[in-house]
Amino acid sequence: MALASRNIRKYPGFFSMTLLCMVLLYAPLAVVAAYSFNDSLSITRWGGFSFRWYLDVFFGLEADKFRDAAWNSLSIAFLAATASTIIATAASIGMVRGGEFRAKPASFALISLPLMVPEIVTAVATLIFFSAIGFVRGYATILVAHIVFCIPFAYLPIEARLRGIEGTFEEAAQDLYASRGQAFRFVLLPLMAPGIVAGYLLAFIISLDDFIITNFVKGAGIETLPTAIFGAVKQGIKPNILALSTLMLLISIGFVTISYFVSRKGVKPGGHGAPETT
Amino acid sequence: MKLWKLCAVALLVAAGAANAEGRLSVYHWFEYIPQELLDKFAEEHDVEITMDTYDSNEAMLASLKAGALGSYDVAVPGDYMVQIMAESGLLDSIAEGELANLGNVEEQWMDVPFDPGRQHSIPYQWGSTSFSVNTDVYGGDINTTSIIFDPPEELRGKINVLDSQGEVILLANLHLGIPQCSTDRDQLRQLDELLQSAKQHWASFGSDIAKDVLVSGDAAAGMIYNGFSAKARMEGAPIKYAYPREGIIVWMDNVVLLKDAPNRANALKFMDFLLEPENIAAVTNFARYSPGVMGVTDMLDEELRTAPESVPPADAPAGTFIAVCDEETQSVYDAIWTRLKK
Amino acid sequence: MAGIGGKSGESASSAFAPIRAWLIAPTWLMIGFFLVVPVGTMLVYSFLTKEFRGGVIWEFSLAAYDRFIFDRGLFGDEPPKLELTYITIFARSIVQAAIATALCLIIGFPTAFYIATRPVSTRAIWLFLVTVPYWVNLLVRTVSMKFLVRESGPLNTFLQWTGVISEPLQIINTDFAVQLGLFYSYLPFMVLPIYASVERYDFALSEAAADLYAGKWTILRKVLLPTVKPGIIAGCILVFVPSLGAFLAPDLLGGAKNFMIGSLIEEQFKGNAGNWPFGAAASMILLSMVLIVLLFYARRQSVRAGA
Repeated sequence: MALASRNIRKYPGFFSMTLLCMVLLYAPLAVVAAYSFNDSLSITRWGGFSFRWYLDVFFGLEADKFRDAAWNSLSIAFLAATASTIIATAASIGMVRGGEFRAKPASFALISLPLMVPEIVTAVATLIFFSAIGFVRGYATILVAHIVFCIPFAYLPIEARLRGIEGTFEEAAQDLYASRGQAFRFVLLPLMAPGIVAGYLLAFIISLDDFIITNFVKGAGIETLPTAIFGAVKQGIKPNILALSTLMLLISIGFVTISYFVSRKGVKPGGHGAPETT
Repeated sequence: MKLWKLCAVALLVAAGAANAEGRLSVYHWFEYIPQELLDKFAEEHDVEITMDTYDSNEAMLASLKAGALGSYDVAVPGDYMVQIMAESGLLDSIAEGELANLGNVEEQWMDVPFDPGRQHSIPYQWGSTSFSVNTDVYGGDINTTSIIFDPPEELRGKINVLDSQGEVILLANLHLGIPQCSTDRDQLRQLDELLQSAKQHWASFGSDIAKDVLVSGDAAAGMIYNGFSAKARMEGAPIKYAYPREGIIVWMDNVVLLKDAPNRANALKFMDFLLEPENIAAVTNFARYSPGVMGVTDMLDEELRTAPESVPPADAPAGTFIAVCDEETQSVYDAIWTRLKK
Repeated sequence: MAGIGGKSGESASSAFAPIRAWLIAPTWLMIGFFLVVPVGTMLVYSFLTKEFRGGVIWEFSLAAYDRFIFDRGLFGDEPPKLELTYITIFARSIVQAAIATALCLIIGFPTAFYIATRPVSTRAIWLFLVTVPYWVNLLVRTVSMKFLVRESGPLNTFLQWTGVISEPLQIINTDFAVQLGLFYSYLPFMVLPIYASVERYDFALSEAAADLYAGKWTILRKVLLPTVKPGIIAGCILVFVPSLGAFLAPDLLGGAKNFMIGSLIEEQFKGNAGNWPFGAAASMILLSMVLIVLLFYARRQSVRAGA
């Protein structure tokens, strides 16, 4: 039986597809990393090995601007992903565990709305709206706009996960006199964790990458990485952008390594669907 | 109650003080002005500068129209955009004598078609737009717009054109010898047919990538700005910048005084600052185009003074600015452009 | 909607019904205030007269929708014919987005499945591996993808070296390049939701099916796929809908020779055209198309949950 169950988890070709997926994901990044060491101005012609673009990122003329931009992007992505994941988790419980109610399809449409409106329309419309209500553009306007469009990206994976969890779990907990809060905290939340992690990660990367909306709602003196990069590209992409991108990769790998060691402490071996603290 | 009033007064004073400190809000292209120059101005005039950036003339216009007007003092639109902004009432006028250094502007850039008499703007940088050809691929005569619209065999399917309606339509007009903003229906149909038939020879539309496709060899010819072409050449692309005899496009970015500028006096100081040869030379050495101010040439890099992209040959044609057409003609141009890219 | 028999197993799924309003309220507030109001403005704009070079004049007009449907010739005074331009642009975008979604599914599903069947301790690492590349800006990623597949790029050099092809493949500036670019832009949006569903899958179901002599692929099709369907649908929505309005992959990899929905709408707000009502109208048409499909899906979901 043990042998059979191991087989059932394995499909021929799935591992090669995963490998292919990883190659496709990382091959372009290898190019980015390689050409960040290019000694010439070009990103397409190799001109010898050099660290000059890394020096440029840290000490060059635009160093402060890019550092501030990176900080804004990361902090906004962190805050927007956190806020939208919390909002989306609550909403998914209300939608999936809230029984039938008339406003359900409308609520679903509302949650998906940020996905459906073309970005440029959201951008212009939001700018008109913010100006009309006198919301001074700056860090806060970017954050609010990001939380709004991150919600569906966080919601959909969480909702899909929740649909796969049988209602009997919370019911059993409540039969044992757990309050609704306790049923959520100790039963539902751990079971939902992988969905929440997935939603959080998607919200994070979508916020980190946004250009069009940010470009319209940012105020004077604030840049995020995408607006800085799109602006810089007007003069042609220089390898300093590649060096910056490679550094971002290193930062993210740093986070992965840390969270790996943290999560290894937290996980008890063997549990089915055990919570991953990431 | 008294306390409340006191607080309100204190707040007002604080707000006033913040203004009096001296601020300047600049709406500018990204990486188009050296940071040292901004620092220099800030120090000389004890002004705190905040800068916001945009990535196209039209994006700036849309943003100002959607409610951003009143939060910036100066912006740096291209030639035709100055006229559009003035016509849309987005610009403030500079009264006579308000700019001490206006006399430094080169004669040819004072009475420009997009801002006659320089009522709203001063020159920032200018350059030309035509196309460059990879001389390894094609060795024939490149100084003709036929390279783009009726290309020789070697270049077919290897051409990149700018993804910008204004430049492409103006170059097509020059090719056909049609005046800009023509309302003659036969001429407009001719224009439409030319673009439709030329498109089959084009590999791509792209402005930001105009340099990279020439350097990488993805394109063997491409419409490009002169400074961009010089950069491509320095990165090793075996290309030559063309001065087509049918005509060449000239462009100029300008510093404009925006309407409802919160710090109008500092905006004028900033414009005066940029009219000083030493300061605008710093911009030119950074951005690699050309200044519109007298007495700058000696302060420019050697490379910049002699680049074939900046110094046209003696027989080169005069440049043409993109004209601002009326609504009727513009809507035909829009229709032609949409049909081209449908 | 709720079926009569929907009692025993499903009744527990309304454990949070008494406080559902509180749970959904933050979403309603955020999106309602910061998006529905602005988008409502746009809906109004689509019925106004265009102001030359951007902006609107407050006069009712159907010109934007008229332009979408009727072709009146280059000068706008010929008898109206049916306008095919915008329908073509919409159809092109839908096809490209659909192929990109299919590519994501073909590669993303096995990957998600593989990750979900790893030991618990390494799953998080795999998930991060899928998302780490997305810390690099979309523009930079797309440019490097272009570098890889260009005529004299590493991919062609490699394939020619191995002898698989003799002439370099022309990939950039083709439709396939656009699909590849969209695929690369949104891959994790397929993998992560599917992972979240498969991770919850109880393999005892597969075992039971195997005991009944069902083949592996039959189990996959008849047991696993229906169970993890919510994740697959979520992934498809998250890839397909953003792909419809994407502009970077079509511009950089496809050569921007033809408008896509995203670039068409952007041209109206940021291009020479400056026709805000038309841009708004095109957005509203796109919005209602997607909305109808999604509501159809949501309705089927709730019918199924109730029955």
